[in-house]
Amino acid sequence: MAVADAHRAIEAVWRIESARLIAGLARIVRDVGLAEELAQDALVAALERWPESGVPNKPGAWLMATAKHGAIDRLRRGKLLERKQEELGRELEIQGKIARPDLDAAIDDEVGDDLLSLVFTTCHPVLSTEARVALTLRLLGGLKTAEISRAFLVSEATVAQRIVRAKRTLAESRVPFEVPSGDELSERLASVLEVVYLVFNEGYSATAGDDWMRPALCEDALRLGRILAELAPGEPEVHGLVALIEIQASRLRARSGPAGEPVLLLDQDRARWDRLLINRGLAALERAEALGGALGPYALQAAIAACHARAHAPQDTDWQRIAALYDALAQLAGSPVVELNRAVALGMAFGPAAGLELVDALVADGSLEGYHLLPSVRGDLLAKRGRSDEARDELERAAGLTRNARERELLLERARACASM
Amino acid sequence: MRFMVLVKADENSEAGVMPSEQALAGMQKYNEELVKAGVMLAGEGLHPSSKGARVRFSGDERTVVDGPFTEAKELIAGFWLWQVKSREEAIEWLRRAPFGGGSELELRQVFEAEDFGDEFTPELREQEERLRAQTEQQQ
Repeated sequence: MAVADAHRAIEAVWRIESARLIAGLARIVRDVGLAEELAQDALVAALERWPESGVPNKPGAWLMATAKHGAIDRLRRGKLLERKQEELGRELEIQGKIARPDLDAAIDDEVGDDLLSLVFTTCHPVLSTEARVALTLRLLGGLKTAEISRAFLVSEATVAQRIVRAKRTLAESRVPFEVPSGDELSERLASVLEVVYLVFNEGYSATAGDDWMRPALCEDALRLGRILAELAPGEPEVHGLVALIEIQASRLRARSGPAGEPVLLLDQDRARWDRLLINRGLAALERAEALGGALGPYALQAAIAACHARAHAPQDTDWQRIAALYDALAQLAGSPVVELNRAVALGMAFGPAAGLELVDALVADGSLEGYHLLPSVRGDLLAKRGRSDEARDELERAAGLTRNARERELLLERARACASM
Repeated sequence: MRFMVLVKADENSEAGVMPSEQALAGMQKYNEELVKAGVMLAGEGLHPSSKGARVRFSGDERTVVDGPFTEAKELIAGFWLWQVKSREEAIEWLRRAPFGGGSELELRQVFEAEDFGDEFTPELREQEERLRAQTEQQQ
């Protein structure tokens, strides 16, 4: 095998095996950072040997065996103990675990538990959001530091540092490598879901499409979400999140026009929506609802997205249902932005006066001051009420507030349309 | 990127012989692995070509030919649709598929809008969209 081919094949094996490998090692050595080092050493050994020997039939088992040998080597040289500064009993415990026949690794449940423990560790609230994202993408997504840095438009050194610090924080805080239980579970799960959704949105909101790495983040988030849904199939909000991002991703190719300009939801060519992802999203939403999770914050947002996905044309949209769902969302996780969305839905469902009432309350409240979508929504509602002069002023105000040049053009165009009404 | 894996038919699949329990169990385990890894988007097995048909186009003429079709190696017995990071990753997954001797799987990358590049002019795009919209309405 040519070396370049072998390296690409090894990279593929790494992408498939690395999370399971690191998770299995972390269970043994109880230190995610050390587990990754051991896994990396095994990868280096593969890069040295596989180009000549070929990729073994069970590459995952090969990497695990090599990493375990590495762990024993380190133990013998005392490095592990120096690092951990812990009692001798620990060495025996670890050696015992390593010496155990590899049968346990073949039991899927245990592999699942290891992976789940890894997710909960890399998304631990003790870490900053940025650190959680970087560590999760690296250890679970199998992304290289360079890939993460390109996706998040920060330097490679910054990402590398974030990861090093995150591992140190986990070790210093003695975060246990386990799946949390009881009351802690829902809070910790929320932290995991937040990371996945953040990764997705980072890709989804990337309007500068020159670099394919950013939209690829949507795929990475989808993959993480789908993996999570299988690891924790009984958690409705996991399916709610998966439903939400599958349905949002279904619109990716319809969200920008030929010149890269943004296309708003109601103006999108629905024929370009990805039916496969919509169906997957609707199925995930059903799973969430069947588990009694219809009123979770992600499931509610997914249900709203599903209303749009089910409408074959904008005029088929069930705005009354959307308004009701926003009402539920506002009660559960209310925020001025949710209220603004609810105002749009109310305006569509019950006429502009209903929406305008809520928007005026938001204006009086002042918490969305400087947010361009507030005057934008108000301008639209005013225009529908026939108050075109006020509408134009609001749309121009919105144009002055947005930082996106293409959006500004769109708003000014709508303002001009009001003037000629 | 997405790949479609085409599972080629053989004499057994064409004769409608169901796979052994062991083979089915192996396949189920493999499918589970793919789902757990977040790779599997869709996948189905197909009935023998005796239940299928072909439509041949010649000018304005359409001729319907009922199955079965003879050239088993050219026929498809099933497919998967996968989401992976690279062609190599898809190949690595393929290598793990539980098939016996004589089987052949084919890997094909799915076109995405950006693959069309400059060839895909706005006019063509619009036409394609109209077609898709019509298909959509018929569903």
